[in-house]
Amino acid sequence: MSDSTVNTSGDYVNFYQYKGKHSGILGWLLSVDHKRIGLLYLGSMVLFFLVGMTLGFFMRLEMWNPGQDVMGPQTYNALFTLHGIIMIFLVIIPGIPAGFGNFFLPIQIGAEDVSFPRLNLFSWYLYTIGGLLAVASLFLSGGPIDTGWTFYAPYSLRTGTEVIMPLMAAFILGFSSILTGVNFVTTVHRLRAPGMTFFKMPLFIWSLYSTAWIQIIGTPIIGITILLVVVERMFGVGLFDPAMGGDPILFQHLFWIYSHPAVYIMILPAMGVVSEIIPTFARKTIFGYGAIAVSSIAIAFVGTLVWGHHMFTSGMSDESRWVYSFLTFIVALPSGVKIFNWVATMYKGSIKAETPFLYVMAFIFLFSIGGLTGLVLGSLATDVHLHDTYFVVAHFHYVMFGGTIFIFFAALHYWFPKMFGKMYNTKIANIALAIMVVGFNMLYFTFFILGYLGMPRRYYDYLPEFQGMHQFATVGSWVLIAGILLMFINLFLGLKNGKKSGNNPWGGMTLEWTVPSPPPLLNFKKIPTVKYGPYEYEHYDEVTKNVN
Amino acid sequence: MSTNSTTNATHGEEHGHEHVHDLRDDYGSKLGMWLFLFTELILFGGLFLLYMAYRYQYFPEFQLSAKSLKIWMGGLNTIILLTSSLTMVLSIVALQRRKIKASIYWLITTIVFAFGFLVVKYFEWSDKFAHGIFPGGEELALKSQGEKVFYGLYFTMTGLHGLHVIIGMIILGFILVFIVKGKVSPDRFALIENGGLYWHLVDLIWIFLFPLFYLLH
Amino acid sequence: MSYTDTNEGKIAHAHDPRYGINVMIWITLLSLTVITIAIAGLDLGNYTLLVAMFIAAIKSGFVINYFMHIKFEDLLFKLFIAGVIMVLLVIFVLTALDVFLR
Repeated sequence: MSDSTVNTSGDYVNFYQYKGKHSGILGWLLSVDHKRIGLLYLGSMVLFFLVGMTLGFFMRLEMWNPGQDVMGPQTYNALFTLHGIIMIFLVIIPGIPAGFGNFFLPIQIGAEDVSFPRLNLFSWYLYTIGGLLAVASLFLSGGPIDTGWTFYAPYSLRTGTEVIMPLMAAFILGFSSILTGVNFVTTVHRLRAPGMTFFKMPLFIWSLYSTAWIQIIGTPIIGITILLVVVERMFGVGLFDPAMGGDPILFQHLFWIYSHPAVYIMILPAMGVVSEIIPTFARKTIFGYGAIAVSSIAIAFVGTLVWGHHMFTSGMSDESRWVYSFLTFIVALPSGVKIFNWVATMYKGSIKAETPFLYVMAFIFLFSIGGLTGLVLGSLATDVHLHDTYFVVAHFHYVMFGGTIFIFFAALHYWFPKMFGKMYNTKIANIALAIMVVGFNMLYFTFFILGYLGMPRRYYDYLPEFQGMHQFATVGSWVLIAGILLMFINLFLGLKNGKKSGNNPWGGMTLEWTVPSPPPLLNFKKIPTVKYGPYEYEHYDEVTKNVN
Repeated sequence: MSTNSTTNATHGEEHGHEHVHDLRDDYGSKLGMWLFLFTELILFGGLFLLYMAYRYQYFPEFQLSAKSLKIWMGGLNTIILLTSSLTMVLSIVALQRRKIKASIYWLITTIVFAFGFLVVKYFEWSDKFAHGIFPGGEELALKSQGEKVFYGLYFTMTGLHGLHVIIGMIILGFILVFIVKGKVSPDRFALIENGGLYWHLVDLIWIFLFPLFYLLH
Repeated sequence: MSYTDTNEGKIAHAHDPRYGINVMIWITLLSLTVITIAIAGLDLGNYTLLVAMFIAAIKSGFVINYFMHIKFEDLLFKLFIAGVIMVLLVIFVLTALDVFLR
């Protein structure tokens, strides 16, 4: 093993320099190294994110004046559908687990790779094929799909637009997600380094483990739902079509049985990243390690049981409405446990307010707003008023964008020096964050008010009295996009001409900070033996003595 | 799906060339296979959920429609699948006892049984098609909504199950080749065990499909 | 959970492979099939479904434990299977809550 990781001059060979069977672009496309696959994912996701963001930009532009501005209603329908499909299935769901999870899961548990490296690469190919199919479907005869990302029957059975292809794309993406989940659960069970017991695992691993289980248990349900819609359109089976005896509400059940837990696929890994960043920058053991670890599993489990809260106004039974409402409130408990533990960790810590930490602060602020408005939507009476309004749009952008995507950015800034061995300009990164937070709240907080006043979602037109707020929100979207672009440009410049970052710029204690930046091919010279928990800063010197 | 199970069990070997290390982990690949089987189970679970809901909604129609399916055909297929599950196990046992030839014969028997299942299924479906009972068929169009839903479920669920039989045959076919080539051997049998697990899952689902569609009238 | 500490157990060894027990299981499964068909001929009213599902559950128990070898596997596998079945059941119950009471 030493042969492949050390070159002639005695320095280690990092995974970029390693020459395997293939070199150049093939060295990436055929690599089974989890780090390269992780970066392939990250690269694809950033691209898809920019596409989704552009779609959102045009939607906001259309809302500048009442009536038609830049596009007609059909185009608008297609845009919000694609914006949803791309952002959810191609960016947020795979975002942190497949991207950062692939890169850091093996390193953080002290393994050389995941359990099934070739399956891992196969998952990325499925992801790419799914993404390409989704894009290709735009150019088919029927025209872009206009059902919304939820594909609700019976409209998805009857619309003349191209539905089958994007659905198959979603099916393939789901398959990719399942295989990643299978890989991660097996890896966590089989490849932990000696001494790394479950309760010595970093909290990011706990969150990935819980997420992987939701991916395994939840995703097949959306798979079968999608297949049924495809079968219905192709053969006219009629299981969801009321004209043929089917029950469209059952479609909603099946859809949300997956898609609600999917919300936790999106947010749990982000919470895991937060649990990494906060102790590192507070230089303090995380408060309530066990509670945070177990709350991940609890959220995964209870989160599987609350799908009905998306259907309060669908006409389902009263009994199930209050049961789902009750269960929904229960999920707030483990989420609250996490928030309070994070804040308690910072208490009396010696905080270094570096860029990743500031992103986490923004996250806690935005996510708390998102979470609390979730309670408003989770209680029956208020939901009847707010269902399908901009309030809902605002709520899920606060949790998905303010939550997951902000932490995706935080993770980019946190692990950037580890992944690339270079440092970005932290001052510009902080300025970009500030711009983003301002733009974000201009855009989405306005949505809360608009929704409360009765602005329905998914309309390309609106009443004249909403114009002022819509224009304010649209300006907010420009500010937000400016911040995002500044952030990406800054990272890109850091990638090109950044200073060397050193192996442990933040003073982290988890295993990825004990290996060189960028990591060598098999991650470790020798598989480490783990003695302490991941954030026990009293042992900092001993754990990191071999770094630098 | 076949790619998945083959990847699971052979990666150690292939992987070794590139990464120098031999990461062979039979326990891990079995765990991975089971996790994958869970997803299959839940895939069908969604359909069983629909069955439950529609059976409640259209109880009389479901009872009526079930009478039109031929118990002896479903029963014959049940026997075929159960027996193929046995021959699958016997193939694994034979391999572990180092009787490679016997193992190959049992595996071929299993694949033949799988094919037999499909043949019976073919006759069953074509009988229905001949009577105009298929999605969009003229006879089915005249029936009540509950019956349409019953046959919709029947064709979807047995169709998806049949698809899994075909995938299972492909997987077992690959394993057969691997045994002949010596890639699956008495010392390296994780792949055939995982293939067997997949095949038993196909059997397991049929154990529930059979009474739900053929017997409840 | 210390099996990752060593390489032991990574390579599977045959667990006393036997023909006889599996043939016995097969005969049992066939008998249960005959029984479930026979019972279907009787008119048990609302219990027909329950009885059929009960027999199917017993059959799958045999398949999972013997053919799929779970009886001889680690506790981990059993826990996972139990967990997945439980989640499926809960999903069924929660959906039934809507469908049956609507």
